[in-house]
Amino acid sequence: MVVKVYGATYAACPQRVMACLFELGFQFDLIKIDLQSGEQKQPQNLLRQPFGQVPSIEDGDFKLFESRAIIRYYAGKSASQGGTNLLGETLEERALVEQWMEVEVNNYNPLIYTMVLQLVVLPQQGQVGDMELVKDCKGKLEKVLDVYEERLSKSKYLGGERFTIADLTHLPNTRFLMEEGGMEDLIKRRKNLHNWWLDISSRPSWLKVMDLPK
Amino acid sequence: MVVKVYGPDYASPKRVILCLIEKEIDYETVDVDLFKGEHLSPQYLKLQPFGVLPVIEDGDYILYESRAIIRYYAEKYRSQGSELLGKTIEERGLIEQWLDVEAHNFQPPLYDLVVQLLINPKTGVASDPKRIQEDEEKLAKTLDVYEERLSVSKYLASDTFSLADLSHIPFGNYLVTTLKKEYLIRDRKNVSRWWDDISSRPSWKKVLELHPPVL
Repeated sequence: MVVKVYGATYAACPQRVMACLFELGFQFDLIKIDLQSGEQKQPQNLLRQPFGQVPSIEDGDFKLFESRAIIRYYAGKSASQGGTNLLGETLEERALVEQWMEVEVNNYNPLIYTMVLQLVVLPQQGQVGDMELVKDCKGKLEKVLDVYEERLSKSKYLGGERFTIADLTHLPNTRFLMEEGGMEDLIKRRKNLHNWWLDISSRPSWLKVMDLPK
Repeated sequence: MVVKVYGPDYASPKRVILCLIEKEIDYETVDVDLFKGEHLSPQYLKLQPFGVLPVIEDGDYILYESRAIIRYYAEKYRSQGSELLGKTIEERGLIEQWLDVEAHNFQPPLYDLVVQLLINPKTGVASDPKRIQEDEEKLAKTLDVYEERLSVSKYLASDTFSLADLSHIPFGNYLVTTLKKEYLIRDRKNVSRWWDDISSRPSWKKVLELHPPVL
């Protein structure tokens, strides 16, 4: 059965799901939601995602939203079927993967989300972004990235020596930092972080996502 | 050897303690006083480099982020205590969905209310009425979604209590106590029913008795 993914190729959270499905070899169809016109807030999409966001998935009768829940579901499914394991071998390894998934949610994503709003979304809507807020976020992000740098000096990937969903989950937001965010220096100045970024962003699954037509 | 949980006075560590009690796992606690800045001491930062609560030490194994910790123990001790992870992988998927909803849509505005109304006054920082209003509006919108969901489902993920419901209890408790915003729950029939159910579990009563909130 082919999974239906509702979203857009250029939006971070759908990208997280698509990269994961490519990694695991699960076929999917992307059903485009027009974010520019606010289609995600329309009644049809609210039935799929009551917070008016993307992505959501439909896998036969099974429906799910929240990109990180979706990638955990498919990663769990794959590992339990003896397929690609993006979770870790032991429970202790898997918990470290979860730790870094949560670090991304609580320490990384909120800062980048705020910056995306100020630097990209508000200007697109004809409003002025708050540059003081961006500066504040950037300062906080520097401290967070120092912790990542320290971690990656001891471990090839965030969860351990293998690539897992803990690394994958960082792809969309880090790409933003490197590109429209104009903050590639934050990554490049940190040797281990930079090498990690070069490694994970050159994976075929991510290149496939980047190649998808806008 | 018994797992040590740091910072029992506060809500995020209580998420962990609640899970341990549900799973009938013995634990010890280590006090960390946020108001004295103990979460930023070099010793603490060695365990939790982001300087936030909680962290656990289980022998040599160190883990932080409360939602990672509760997933770990719920999985590791699957065969004892309450089943918190569902029976099928689809049910697990729904539990993960509502855990993420809690982390993205419930916790952030509620945490900011705790900072604005409970922490700032203790540290002499002025609170921002505009932010408080925005936080309340965001929380109200989230609870409207919960109201709809809980009209068709006894608990968030399914008809069984799970980690997704558990995750809401420690911070939700502030709404009905020191934040004085119980109406956000009571104005919503299904949310009210759900809150009464989950907050009257013996495990939560035990947490409150053993580790009374300081905020």
